[in-house]
Amino acid sequence: MNLEFTPEEKAFRDEVRAFISQNYPAHLADFGMREDMSPEDMVAWHKILGEKGWSVPAWPVEYGGTGWTPTQRYIWSEENARVNAFMPLPFGVAMVGPVIYTFGNEEQKAKHLPGIRSGDVWWCQGYSEPGAGSDLASLKTTAVRDGDHYVINGQKTWTTLAQYADWGFFLCRTDPDADKPQEGISFILVDMKTPGVEVKPIKLLDGGYEVNETWLTDVRVPVENLVGEENKGWTYAKFLLAHERSGIAGVARSKRGVEKLREIAAKETLDGQPLIEDFDFARKVSQLEIDLAALEITELRTLAGEQAGKGPGPESSILKIKGTEIQQRLTELTLEAVGSYGTPYYGSIANDTGSNEYPIGPEYAHHSAATYFNMRKTSIYGGSNEIQRNIITKMILGL
Amino acid sequence: MDFNFTEEQDMVRDGLSRMVREQYDWESRRAAIASDAGWRPEVWAQLAELGILGMPFSEEVGGFGGGAVDAMIVMEEFGKGLVVEPFVPTVVCAGGFLKHAGSEAQREEHLSAIIDGSRVFAFAYAEPRGRYDYADLETTAKKDGDGYVLNGHKAVVIGAPWASHLVVTARTGGDRRDREGVSVFIVDKSADGIVTRDYETVDGRRASEVYFENVSVPGDALIGDEGAALPLIEQVTDEAIAAQCAEACGAMKVAHAMTVEYSRQRKQFGVPIGKFQVLQHRMVDMYTAYEQSVSLTYLATLKLEAGERERKRAVSAAKVGVGQAARLVGQESIQIHGGNGVTDEYAIGHYFKRLTIFESEFGNVDHHLKRHVSLA
Ligand SMILES: Cc1cc2nc3c(=O)[nH]c(=O)nc-3n(C[C@H](O)[C@H](O)[C@H](O)COP(=O)(O)OP(=O)(O)OC[C@H]3O[C@@H](n4cnc5c(N)ncnc54)[C@H](O)[C@@H]3O)c2cc1C
Ligand SMILES: Cc1cc2nc3c(=O)[nH]c(=O)nc-3n(C[C@H](O)[C@H](O)[C@H](O)COP(=O)(O)OP(=O)(O)OC[C@H]3O[C@@H](n4cnc5c(N)ncnc54)[C@H](O)[C@@H]3O)c2cc1C
Repeated sequence: MNLEFTPEEKAFRDEVRAFISQNYPAHLADFGMREDMSPEDMVAWHKILGEKGWSVPAWPVEYGGTGWTPTQRYIWSEENARVNAFMPLPFGVAMVGPVIYTFGNEEQKAKHLPGIRSGDVWWCQGYSEPGAGSDLASLKTTAVRDGDHYVINGQKTWTTLAQYADWGFFLCRTDPDADKPQEGISFILVDMKTPGVEVKPIKLLDGGYEVNETWLTDVRVPVENLVGEENKGWTYAKFLLAHERSGIAGVARSKRGVEKLREIAAKETLDGQPLIEDFDFARKVSQLEIDLAALEITELRTLAGEQAGKGPGPESSILKIKGTEIQQRLTELTLEAVGSYGTPYYGSIANDTGSNEYPIGPEYAHHSAATYFNMRKTSIYGGSNEIQRNIITKMILGL
Repeated sequence: MDFNFTEEQDMVRDGLSRMVREQYDWESRRAAIASDAGWRPEVWAQLAELGILGMPFSEEVGGFGGGAVDAMIVMEEFGKGLVVEPFVPTVVCAGGFLKHAGSEAQREEHLSAIIDGSRVFAFAYAEPRGRYDYADLETTAKKDGDGYVLNGHKAVVIGAPWASHLVVTARTGGDRRDREGVSVFIVDKSADGIVTRDYETVDGRRASEVYFENVSVPGDALIGDEGAALPLIEQVTDEAIAAQCAEACGAMKVAHAMTVEYSRQRKQFGVPIGKFQVLQHRMVDMYTAYEQSVSLTYLATLKLEAGERERKRAVSAAKVGVGQAARLVGQESIQIHGGNGVTDEYAIGHYFKRLTIFESEFGNVDHHLKRHVSLA
């Protein structure tokens, strides 16, 4: 056993680091939770990577993947996290892309994969409904065959960034009489500009708009947009969820977050000393680092398993649970570190930045509360942490 | 031993509770905090009319002769409705300074105006670098003839945009962080040289950064003895902490009840999610934390008049226990509400936000654990 990178891996790391430092858009460095981030900003790095051929590293080479080993992919995400880069949104790259190249037909691959690689087409995920959250299989949105079209009716919710989406992948009920709720569901691609698709943003606790209600009223979609077989959508949905989970641990980003927390705690003072020298505070940071170290090695062990040919299994639930708990504790501690300056609502201040104005609190405090509030979502979405524990109970413990 | 409330106290609670239900339904609160003013002077006037603003003051000064227990009752009801009006800065803090150390003339001038609702105060004690140490002051007050000249910057002064007056802590002598040399002043907010920058807070209130640039105040702006105010500040902020613990208890009680109710209504997998034992146990833990918080709040409130060490230990114990409970109840409430919990539209998120900020006011959990340890 050996934790060191090989000389080849080190060379790869240097190459990646150089590429990022030369190409990552300077104005997006350390993007944090900036509210002024435009949709163009969100895809800027994706597009640069698309040109380089690095936007979908995990895909098979024949579809434009890099052929990197899991370790190389790990190095890649570490290096991006070092500058806190805003990574390509997962909906195309990590979710629908793999479904299309695994279960889609040749036409679908030719039509959709290039836009995902290049970042030109923005995708959203239409799974959840007001009544179907954790119990996704109870979804009610229907797709009824009418000649060479499906007619879709229903309401989706929590559709992340659908306000900018060109395309969405939706789970719809195509056989209401199936024996089990999981059967009779289909996986359908919808052009978001189709008449009858309506997207209404939902304001979240931090003041931002990242999710939407999506209404589908008599939306006519050509049957060629069905992925795989009719009524087999649940299989593809589960495949996708496993992919969704494997990226969710966010180790590299949390490592950068801990560094940042240390920087903040070195600037903040307590009794005239840097906060980071306060034993109580430092102990909490160390505890976080210890948990993060454990998670990192657990993720590396999972990656090594993948390298040896094992797919992401129920172990990915451990990564989801611990990864999100660590992200949440990190934002909690950051809010704690900034003291009183976590209290202002910076959204109310953002607009009056006349140059003569006094700044309110240190810059690093500005999004500490918003980020803490926002990150409560991580233990809810992508299969809540309770659902992850249920998965481990069933799949690993056999209870 | 007696944990009962008097008949009067029960009446106050009932009246206030009715008023909060009527004035502080969710939509009204939402509209009020989004308005330009951010609060409702008419609600403040109504509180004055009900006698709430005069409750903790003695009858000689026009109050109702109540005490800390009465403030606790009021704050618990305020917590239930997420009331934003500045009872703590005005009544508990400014009123507290005047009550404990105000001169005859100062009480006459300010207390009746607090009681009748015509004068609103903010308490400017925090500074950008001071964290939770009241003695860590960069704001100075230099003697100038009969009066003083104030210079400095006060951070996140809650309620300042609504206030006509400020209670300000400043150093009149000694070195930074010395216990000696700290003084307290009452300052008219419209005094020359005061510049404020107003903003909303994440928990729906309003606050300001307040800058003092050669602000001249008369000698009678000083409350108590020059340079000897730290024990007084500690007494008053302990009273504020006890009051805010009661507020947090009220907020936790509602957050918990909302969550239990939500878990009864929300169905997944064909059953109400409240049937899942893992959620049941967590709601039990939330409930237990809430009950423990009520106990610690009683303890702190009942020890406010005790000796300094006893008082501080009880107040710090409450701030630690209630702070931890506030975090637990806030976070679990959101989690059990699922996606709805993180939306702006659902009330639960706003309870969570208030409970979050409560933790850091007047010293967070670590700060008060340390204070408790130091008094062992
Ligand atoms: C910010 C955000 C972004 C999202 N983005 C998308 C998106 O792009 N596309 C999309 O389709 N969906 C998206 N979602 C939806 C997300 O997947 C759901 O919120 C999630 O599945 C939980 O469903 P729910 O919110 O309805 O909560 P519920 O399912 O109602 O759960 C409420 C609570 O009950 C618990 N619970 C439920 N069932 C059980 C059980 N069997 N045992 C124990 N506890 C249980 C849950 O863990 C939770 O704590 C997003 C959600 C959020 C918050
Ligand atoms: C030191 C000691 C002294 C004792 N003294 C006495 C005595 O003086 N008189 C007497 O009558 N008994 C006594 N007991 C017995 C004690 O009451 C039982 O051990 C106890 O009731 C648990 O029963 P069990 O050991 O059969 O565990 P089980 O009932 O088999 O429980 C095993 C585990 O399952 C959990 N569990 C069970 N049901 C549920 C459920 N519905 N939901 C969630 N979790 C559940 C339990 O919490 C436990 O973790 C004593 C036990 C000990 C250890």
